[in-house]
Parts: sequence; structure tokens; C-alpha cells
Amino acid sequence: MTKLLARFAECLFWCGRQVERANALARVLDVNQSYSFDAHGDRNWEMLLHLYEQKPEFLERFGEVTPEAVLYWHLLDEGNSSSVRSSIFQARENARTLRPLISTEMWTQLNGFHQTLMDLSPIDATPRRLSRLANIIKENCQTHVGITLETLYRDEAYYFYRMGQQIERADQTTRLMWTKFHQLLPMGAEEGSAVDVSQWHALLRAVAGFQAFNRENAGNLTPEAIMSFLLFNPMFPRSLVCSVSAASDCLTRLRRDFNLQAGSLAVGHLRQFQSQLYDYDMEMVNQQGLDEIIDWSQRELIKATDLIALSFFALAVDDD
Amino acid sequence: MASQSQSATEETIEALLASYDSGQFYCELMQACRDEAAGAIELVRRLNAFTPGELVERSAAAERELMILGVTFTVYTQRSRIDRTLPFDVIPRVLSGAEWSRLDRGVKQRVKAVNLFLADIYGPQKILSDGVVPKDLVLGNENYRPIMRDIKVPHGTYVVINGTDLVRGGDGRFCVLEDNCRTPSGVSYVVENRHLMQRAFPDLVDALPIRPVSDYGQRLRRALRELAPGDVSNPRIVLLSPGTYNSAYFEHVFLAREAGIVLVEGQDLFVEDDKVFMRTIAGLQQVHVIYRRIDDAFLDPEVFNAESMLGVRGLVGVLAKGNVTLANAIGTGVADDKAVYAYMPRIIKYYLDEDAIIDNVPTRICREAEGLAYTLEHLSEMVVKPVGESGGYGIVIGPHATKQELEDVRAKIKHNPANFIAQPMIELSVSPTLSEGVVEPRHVDLRPFAITGRDTWVLPGGLTRVALRKGSLIVNSSQGGGSKDTWVLD
Repeated sequence: MTKLLARFAECLFWCGRQVERANALARVLDVNQSYSFDAHGDRNWEMLLHLYEQKPEFLERFGEVTPEAVLYWHLLDEGNSSSVRSSIFQARENARTLRPLISTEMWTQLNGFHQTLMDLSPIDATPRRLSRLANIIKENCQTHVGITLETLYRDEAYYFYRMGQQIERADQTTRLMWTKFHQLLPMGAEEGSAVDVSQWHALLRAVAGFQAFNRENAGNLTPEAIMSFLLFNPMFPRSLVCSVSAASDCLTRLRRDFNLQAGSLAVGHLRQFQSQLYDYDMEMVNQQGLDEIIDWSQRELIKATDLIALSFFALAVDDD
Repeated sequence: MASQSQSATEETIEALLASYDSGQFYCELMQACRDEAAGAIELVRRLNAFTPGELVERSAAAERELMILGVTFTVYTQRSRIDRTLPFDVIPRVLSGAEWSRLDRGVKQRVKAVNLFLADIYGPQKILSDGVVPKDLVLGNENYRPIMRDIKVPHGTYVVINGTDLVRGGDGRFCVLEDNCRTPSGVSYVVENRHLMQRAFPDLVDALPIRPVSDYGQRLRRALRELAPGDVSNPRIVLLSPGTYNSAYFEHVFLAREAGIVLVEGQDLFVEDDKVFMRTIAGLQQVHVIYRRIDDAFLDPEVFNAESMLGVRGLVGVLAKGNVTLANAIGTGVADDKAVYAYMPRIIKYYLDEDAIIDNVPTRICREAEGLAYTLEHLSEMVVKPVGESGGYGIVIGPHATKQELEDVRAKIKHNPANFIAQPMIELSVSPTLSEGVVEPRHVDLRPFAITGRDTWVLPGGLTRVALRKGSLIVNSSQGGGSKDTWVLD
């Protein structure tokens, strides 16, 4: 049997990540409209620049922080490699490489999505039209995910795709929490105040998790309950622990069901991370600080990506 | 001409094709109707049910679909990359079954002769010592690869994938304009055009006896398997592409998908222990057959262009050991050289003792004194072609050229006669084509594709290219050409 090309595995992994990133970014921007007010009632656009630690590049390009510039930078700017347009461009390039493997539906939808984004002009990314654009992006990302789920053949290719998607999702969930955490400090919205509650509420909506949260926590809309839900709930598809477990399962299946010898370090790393997350609770988070937990999570995710790349994507033999 | 057509077509030619007039040219569709081909008559009847507006609308929808499907080639400018579709004309080009069976035999004959020719010039070189083809024309040809004298080719099949460019003149006879024995492209459009017609124009296609084209991939796969080296029972087959930045990348995707083979780039392949391997998530796996879509010069930096990043270092060494098969073989370019082309009728006669089933366009070889004299004398009537160019570049069409253009080419021919051949002007046949809301005659050619493993199979029909500019005879996509679905109607 012919095995999956290492190059294809890498493209699949990143295609999964890039669409997930675009999806997450659209959610954050959309929700920011309603939840990111500072003490003076202005929307806090600057906070968004910290999401991907991009403030210096942004200022170099635009000089000052305006809502229009921040939205353009995140949504349409091709000079920003993490913008929605750039992410979908890269996802589409990966899909183009993968065309012999993926379904025609998967390719045409992503190709059409890319074209839709290329056809947009700056005015489409202004605050007034943001909600409409965010919906277009979310719907297209979700359609992509649905088509992938329904049509991508469940061999190694599928698990590389899903592993990338889940690692990115874990990363995005922690970033989202980080922004909320940092935003609270300078703004001085009092904990438990109406503003604070509405912000946490918005955070849940950003991950489409309000209804899920209410299944177990109805009436308990406290920051601590929400944090615990987003970090440690094993049944919510966008929680940190759920995403990390899914990534770890993918790797386990690749090794067990498809007899891949490589990746023992990566699987060991992910399993350990996963089990540590299961051991955590909010008491420990409060002791160590959310900031520290998030930093640690991001380091673990970066390390996992590096180990996966080294095991599977690095060309098996050097040319020299 | 349409007005002269009788009986079956007369009552129907009123709507869409009512004012269609192919003038002095041979019209593929109208002639088929005059020959009382039932399928062609039915096609005309169905076309006439459309108003031009409807046809334009459906045609635009079809173009959009090609774009979204990514049936595109990529044009690069300095600042950006633009995906373009090959312009698609929705009115099919028709061929009768009887006509096709002659072309089918003619293409097979030609491919057979080409493979025997290549086996000979990379082997005993009898045709050269017998003086049928000039020695220096072959051995001095820039596409002749001496390294192939040490390399055996399974079943003597050097040219596995072949495209023969045919044109039909005013007298209604097909002739061969050009052979494509290296990496002929365009077959993806043949199959995709058909699929598009079936989706976008079910009312035109429905229940007509059109020969299918969708088994191209299966045929290709079978041939490549037959050519696997030695006693490999389950060969691993790949298609080697220059990568996503190549303008024909879509076709590579298409071929890999249809044939069920792996699409690789040079960086995925690796030579070790006189074998070729590909790099997978489970380590190295041996590769036995490579359908390569990169030129000889870039295949192996050890032997050819040392700067090439597209190829595989050491590949030629593996070939010499007989551990891998390349399709097409290295060095086939000498057979589709425009000067060698002129000798093709004699080559067919030499190896097969048969006359060519499809004639060449009568060709003057300027390297020969007689041909040179004739060409210079009749320059304004002839089409002059530089032998080393492809894609329609550098061609001077005498009857359409200005005095200055004629003088320029005269000087070039005198300066280097061996670089030119000359042919009489062929009034290419036309086919009804939608142009800005009106159906008008446009010139067409035909490129049938042949696949050879042990035997040769020819895809029914082939690629019809159409010169979309009014009066233009140049069908190349780089110069304003488009394509049509090609129907062989039984």
C-alpha cells in the first residue's frame, strides 16, 4: 500500500489549523463589538492587537490604532500572515496541493471561500459591516469543516487534518481567555458587575458555548465557572482539555491503527499534557494565576507541534 | 454555405444558426449535416431551440463553474498570480464515427513508427546508415540524448503519452501539423469539458451516441503498470510535477486523481541503492514508474541542468540499472522536432512498409537547397516556422504578413536556413462558435491523445482548440485560443 506523502501530511495539518484560525478570529472580532468596552464605554480595539502579539507590526503599518485599521489588519490585510484572508489563502494553497486526496466538494468550497474574501474591499471590514462579514467567514469555515467531516477519507490524512485543527483550537481558546483576562485589569469593570457579566457572557458566545455552558451551570454565570468550563470541561468541543485530548487521540490512532512507528515523543508529550489538564482544577488556577496556566498551555502546544513536525514532516532522509 | 445545405437541415436552420455563414471555409458541423450524420443534425436542431441570449447565459454559468472547480491554468505577473480558465466554447465540435476510425488508425500508425524510430536512433541507427533521415539532423539535434543509448525501455515504448496535432484543410482532408512526443498537455480539458457539457447542457448531450472519454485515467494507469520495470507485480506509480506554481498544475492533479497515482514533486523523491524512493509519513517507499511532467533538462541535476530544483538527483543512474521507468522516456523530443516531422512519411514507410494513413502537411525543409529555394521564392504564400519554437511563437503566415515582416523572415531564413521549415497556407476548417452573443465560424484544430503501454489506445476525439479571434488561425491558449468539447458521434 502506498503511504501518505510526508509533504501531504504537513499540508493537511496546516490546512486544519488555518481554517480553524480564521474561524476563531472571526468569532473574536464579532464578539468584540459587543463585549470589549473600556471604562469610558469605547470599544477596546487595542486589546485585539495583543491577541497575536502583533502590536509593533501593526503600528509600523498603520501608525495609530483605529477601529477600521484594526479590523482591516485582522480580516483582510495580506501583509498580516494571520489575517483571515491570509489564513484562508494559505489553507486554499494547501488544499490545492492536496487536490488529489481531498474531495472535489472540499476543494471547490474552499476555492470559492477564498474568492469571496479576495473580492471584498476595505469597506466590507468596517465596524458597521463587521457582523455580516464575520457571519460569512464563520459559515464558510463551518461549511468547510462539515464537508471535511462528511467526505474526507478516514485514513492517515484525516487524522493529520484533525490533529492540526484541534491543536489550533486549543491555542485559540487559550488566547481568547487571555484577552479577556487582560482586558479586565485596565478597565476596572468590577467583578460581578453588569459589564463584567455581559463580557463573560460574550466570551461564551464567541465559542458558541452559551447553551452548552447552561446545560451544567445554568444560573451560575460566574467568571470562575466559565473559566473552568472553557479550560477543563471534557465534553465541550472547544474547551482546552477537549481539544488537547482530541489531538492526542489522533496521534494515538495514527500510531496504533496505521502502524506508524514515528511520533513516540510527540504522543508522550501530548498525553502528559492531557493528563495534567485533567488533574487541574480552578483552585490550582487561582493559585498559579490564569496567566501562568495560559502561558504554560501555549508552550506545551508549540512543543507538540514541533515534535509532530519532526516525527512526520521532516524529510525522512537528508539530501546531502 | 449554410444556405446551400439541403433536406434535413433546411427547415431547422432558422433560429440560433439562422444567419450562420462559414463562407469559403470547411465547416465541421454544417458538413456533417450535409453528409446526413444523424447526431450532427440532431445537435443543430437542439442548438436552434436556444436563443442567443440563453446560450450566452448558460455559457457564462459554465465558465463560472470551471473557475470554481479550479479547472484553470495560472498566469504569473510580477506582482500576483491569476487563475484563468481556458476559454470554453459551448458549441461542440463533431466528428463522425467513420471519420474517427480512420484518424484512430492513423494516430496508432504514427505512434508505432515514432517508437520504432526512437528505438532505432538510440540503438542500431539503421535509419541513419540507410540515409533515410540525415544523420546530423538526428545526432546533432539538441533533443537527442546520447545517454539513452545505454538505457532499455520496456516494450520499446518511448512515447507513452502522445498528442498529434491535426488540422483539416479546405478540401476536407485531415493532415498532421505537428507531433507532441514529450509531455503533451491538454487532456484534462477534454474530460472536464465533457463533464461540464453534461452538467451545464444536459439538453444538448442527452441520449446522443457520443463516445465516452472518462476512462482516460484508467487507460493511463493500465499502460503505466504494463511498463513497470522487470518483474514488479504491484508497481508503485507516481506523477512527477514541478509543483503548484506550474501553470499546468491543474492537469497534474487531474491525471493523478483519474489514474489513482500519487502526485509528487522532486523534493518527495530520493535515490538510494540504485532505486527511487518517495518520502512518506512511514518512511521511504520504493517507486517503480514515474509519469513525469517536467522536461528532460530538469530531471536529474547530476546529468542535465545542474541548477534544477525540480528533479531527482541520481534518477538517470536508476534508469540505467533498469529499476524505474520514466513516461515518457528521456530523449523523445527528437521525434517531434519540426524538421524531423518533415521526414515522418518516410519514417513510417521505412519501419512499417505502409503509407501514412494521415498525411503530413507538405513541408519544405530549408536546410535542403531545393526546399530553401522554393521557400524564398514563394514566401508570401507560405507559413514559415522556426523549428525550435512551440506554442505558435515565431510563426510567419505569408498571406497575412506585411512586406516588412516578409523581408525580416527572409533575412532570418537566409542567415540560418536549418532553423526553418515552410508549409503551404492551410485554410483551417471552422466550427460554429459563440462570440459576443452571435454564432460565427472560428478556426479549429484537433489534438487526439494516444496512450501506449504494450499497445496503443487513442482517446476518442481529443482536444479541439479554437481560435477565438475572428480570422485568426492560431489556436494556442497563449495566443487567444479556447477549447470545445469534441464529440465522436456513432
